[in-house]
Amino acid sequence: MADTMQFDLVSPERSLASLQAAEVMLPAAEGDMTVLPDHAPVITTLRPGVVKVNGPEGAADFVVTGGFVEITSEGVSVLAEQAHAGNEVKKADLESAYTFAREQAEKASDEDKSAAEKLVADFAQLLEDME
Amino acid sequence: MPNLKDLKNRIDSVKNTRKITKAMQMVAAAKLRRAQEAAEEGRPYTARMNAVLGGLAASVGGSESAPILLSGSGSDKVHLLIVMTGERGLCGGFNSSIVRMARAKAAELKAAGKTVKMITVGKKGRDQLKREYSDVMVNHVDLSGIKRVGYANAHEIARDVLDRFNDGEFDVATIFYNTFVNVAVQDPTEQQIIPASFEATDDEAGTVYDYEPGEDEILKDLLPRGVATQIFSALLENGASEQGARMSAMDNATRNAGDMIDKLTIEYNRSRQAKITNELIEIISGAEAL
Repeated sequence: MADTMQFDLVSPERSLASLQAAEVMLPAAEGDMTVLPDHAPVITTLRPGVVKVNGPEGAADFVVTGGFVEITSEGVSVLAEQAHAGNEVKKADLESAYTFAREQAEKASDEDKSAAEKLVADFAQLLEDME
Repeated sequence: MPNLKDLKNRIDSVKNTRKITKAMQMVAAAKLRRAQEAAEEGRPYTARMNAVLGGLAASVGGSESAPILLSGSGSDKVHLLIVMTGERGLCGGFNSSIVRMARAKAAELKAAGKTVKMITVGKKGRDQLKREYSDVMVNHVDLSGIKRVGYANAHEIARDVLDRFNDGEFDVATIFYNTFVNVAVQDPTEQQIIPASFEATDDEAGTVYDYEPGEDEILKDLLPRGVATQIFSALLENGASEQGARMSAMDNATRNAGDMIDKLTIEYNRSRQAKITNELIEIISGAEAL
């Protein structure tokens, strides 16, 4: 079994990280998950939260506002709408996405309401954790 | 024969023009490099996104539960044309080639009895289209104040478009932009974004993914992002194309100005020589008369 796998983090504007990782912790839609090398192929969406990477080159944190992740046996690719390296992220960076989520929650129809409100709650949690 | 002073002024003014076009060319070259880099960096995201969506669309596409962003609203009566042009001119045929394409499409749709609506991105497109289509323009996106187009801009456009789609304002959306081929060649492109169409990718076919939550939920979440991504990559392509077009247009203009200066200089020298010869003749014939 391979010890490491390829980890890629790309946003629409640029590629933020591309490194070897031993494990990746993801804020997946249905709960946090940890991915080890040789994982079964999965595609899942992400909640706003922190992606943690542990690897031979050290650990790294990235704050993402949402997006999705593609996991194969060779690696993990995170496609984040907005992503920041964990140590340089500021609250102001996330404010616009948070506001948008709240707006959406307010005007969401009944069937989407709970999902939209959950998104807002996730954001609130993330912002709280950052303090 | 034009007098010497006029010619001299003319030459000076063309020289000034050449300086300006030369400067604009160099600015465009610098901006082009940046725009190309931006387009380059956005490519992995777009490619992945399309691959994943393509895979999902292929497996869910046929079923009845497919989201309307994918399957369409069931009719194709109202078409929305999103026309992306530059904010500024002096870039050769860049703006007009897109406008021409959009116009042809609009005329074709009208002839087929469809309703046409338009959103313009960039001032030049609006200026060229507003005489004919001002009554069907539903929105204009102004990017003139933005130095570097970011995903946020694309997201905003996508949001507006999706809101309109959800309100049932249109059935089919098409974007018009220039694909960047190289500095000399930009390819006007029309691309249908709603209902979304993805090219089937063969290399993905080998892997069977688990989807978490279900395929439908993921698709519902990803499709709006797919639209935003497509708009974003169109904006980037368009940005690079605009600078490329401006660069080659300004290069031509600089060369033209150089040719013109050469021609005018020859004319100037000839006139001056003629004048000198004339004066000599006058002096000589004056001397002979004595």
